[in-house]
Amino acid sequence: MDGSISVSGDARQLITDLIIDYAHAIDDDRLESWADFFTDDCSYRIINRENHDKGRVVGIMDCSSKGMLQDRILALREANVFEPHTYRHIVSGTRIVGQDGDVFSVETSFLVVRIMQEGDMAIFCTGKYIDEVAVTGGTARFRSRLVVCDSNRIDTLIVIPI
Amino acid sequence: MATDIKNLVTWPDDGVSRIPIQIYTDPDIYTEEQQRIFRGPIWSFVGMADEIAKPGDYQTTYIGDTPVIVLRDLEGDVQVIVNRCAHRGNLVCIAKEGHTEELTCVYHNWRYDLQGNLKSVAFGKGVGKQGGMPDDFKREDNGMQRLKCEVYAGLVFATFSDEVAPLTEWLGAEMVENIDRVVGRGMVLLGTYSQYMPNNWKLYMENVRDSYHASILHMFQATFRINRLSMKGGIKLSDGGWHHISYSIAETDKEESEYDSKKLRAVKDGYTLADPSLVKGWREFDCGTTLAIQSTYPNFVVQQISNSLALRLCLPKGPEECELLWWVFGTPEDTEEQREIRIKQSNMIGPGGVISMEDGVVGGWIQRGTKRDQDKSTIVQMGGRDIAPSAEGRATEVSIRGFWQGYRDCMGV
Repeated sequence: MDGSISVSGDARQLITDLIIDYAHAIDDDRLESWADFFTDDCSYRIINRENHDKGRVVGIMDCSSKGMLQDRILALREANVFEPHTYRHIVSGTRIVGQDGDVFSVETSFLVVRIMQEGDMAIFCTGKYIDEVAVTGGTARFRSRLVVCDSNRIDTLIVIPI
Repeated sequence: MATDIKNLVTWPDDGVSRIPIQIYTDPDIYTEEQQRIFRGPIWSFVGMADEIAKPGDYQTTYIGDTPVIVLRDLEGDVQVIVNRCAHRGNLVCIAKEGHTEELTCVYHNWRYDLQGNLKSVAFGKGVGKQGGMPDDFKREDNGMQRLKCEVYAGLVFATFSDEVAPLTEWLGAEMVENIDRVVGRGMVLLGTYSQYMPNNWKLYMENVRDSYHASILHMFQATFRINRLSMKGGIKLSDGGWHHISYSIAETDKEESEYDSKKLRAVKDGYTLADPSLVKGWREFDCGTTLAIQSTYPNFVVQQISNSLALRLCLPKGPEECELLWWVFGTPEDTEEQREIRIKQSNMIGPGGVISMEDGVVGGWIQRGTKRDQDKSTIVQMGGRDIAPSAEGRATEVSIRGFWQGYRDCMGV
């Protein structure tokens, strides 16, 4: 599928809201709600474009269950050592490119600026979300979210999800 | 070599157990390292032979900060060639990887075969008998610079040195044995990525060799008993200390009051995983090794953390930056389930790894912490001042001292 498909206004609005709300939740440091944006059976993977294009499977974050999403946030809060920082997500160009029953295939461009505690700001990551979004009973949730980073390089570390 | 290194840095007393902070920032020392270490008597890892499987396949990478081409020539042999046209010094291969029958410089169309021999020079005889190269210009004397290379267990190494011993001899039997164990079954590449760090490359390589920090900095590792200093394990060092292996054996954790009394920040009460499958692996090796971090001098790492296997190469990018390249792999024998476990465990490593992310950050903090104290030195004296291997226990910095022994040997300081 190369382009957008025709989708009812309701579903489109639910999907767009999900994508926007997700970005705000991360940028506002409401990370404990991160897993709630996903269905119970879900996956989340960050992978670079080169690996994705070559069909390689290992990402730089790879959660194959909701529990693993929660564990990532627990590790961030309780275990991992890093310099405090926040993100600002700019998401744009959401398009719905496929539908299978209640599940929509959605693509969205993103740009993430990382703001360090001393004030340094830099473009941290750009890329594309490739999502499977389940829309049921008036709610939309990610069944899978694949974060494809344009660059192979990650500066220093990635602890806050994208 | 015009520079007298001893004019650049004065090494503190105490052998290899005190490190002058100046060498993490000084641009002159960085330049000397490129010559004396990366173009010196070492074997540099440059890539996986499988990634250049067919004649004509090539990749571009670096030895130190010198760009090189790693390729398979038309006879099927692996070659490593400095990526610099003999004419004007232009990069000959621009792409990160590709396939080619010959090496052609785009600038003036000088053409080389896949062994770096100069085959033709555009307008070499001039145009209408005007111009052209001098009559005494010999193509055979003006090829690209080809390096000595060896392939072992699918790993390609190259060297600028005529003096260095053959690869396996240079590594020594113990180092080769671990490479065989981790890599020898063959490698199936699962992914690659890069972690770019704001610190001198040596700070990262010290971290790799630092068995003391592993279960202190990395709470995740200690809490889930992936690696504790109280586990049975030890340090292997090659003769002279240049290469190292730090290992631990599973199910041997002794009672150790320093962990159990929760004196360490790294051991947390009540920290449980919602999905503990991340830390459930299988016993992959008969020897029971649950963790083995191996480094070959100066900047290559072979990693086994549970069932997570990876290669790492730390490339210097100027005095205060470095780039860590990762190759994450499985084996051709892996079942689908084992492959899934490896993918799951990859959450421990790399720039987003719950363990390895922390190795990415401490180097930059040291770089900042030492900025204006160039005349001071750091202390590397856990476990003594020498470079004797440690059969029992890893509460030691002996592997780091081994790195500095290699450094002093190469640099002549």
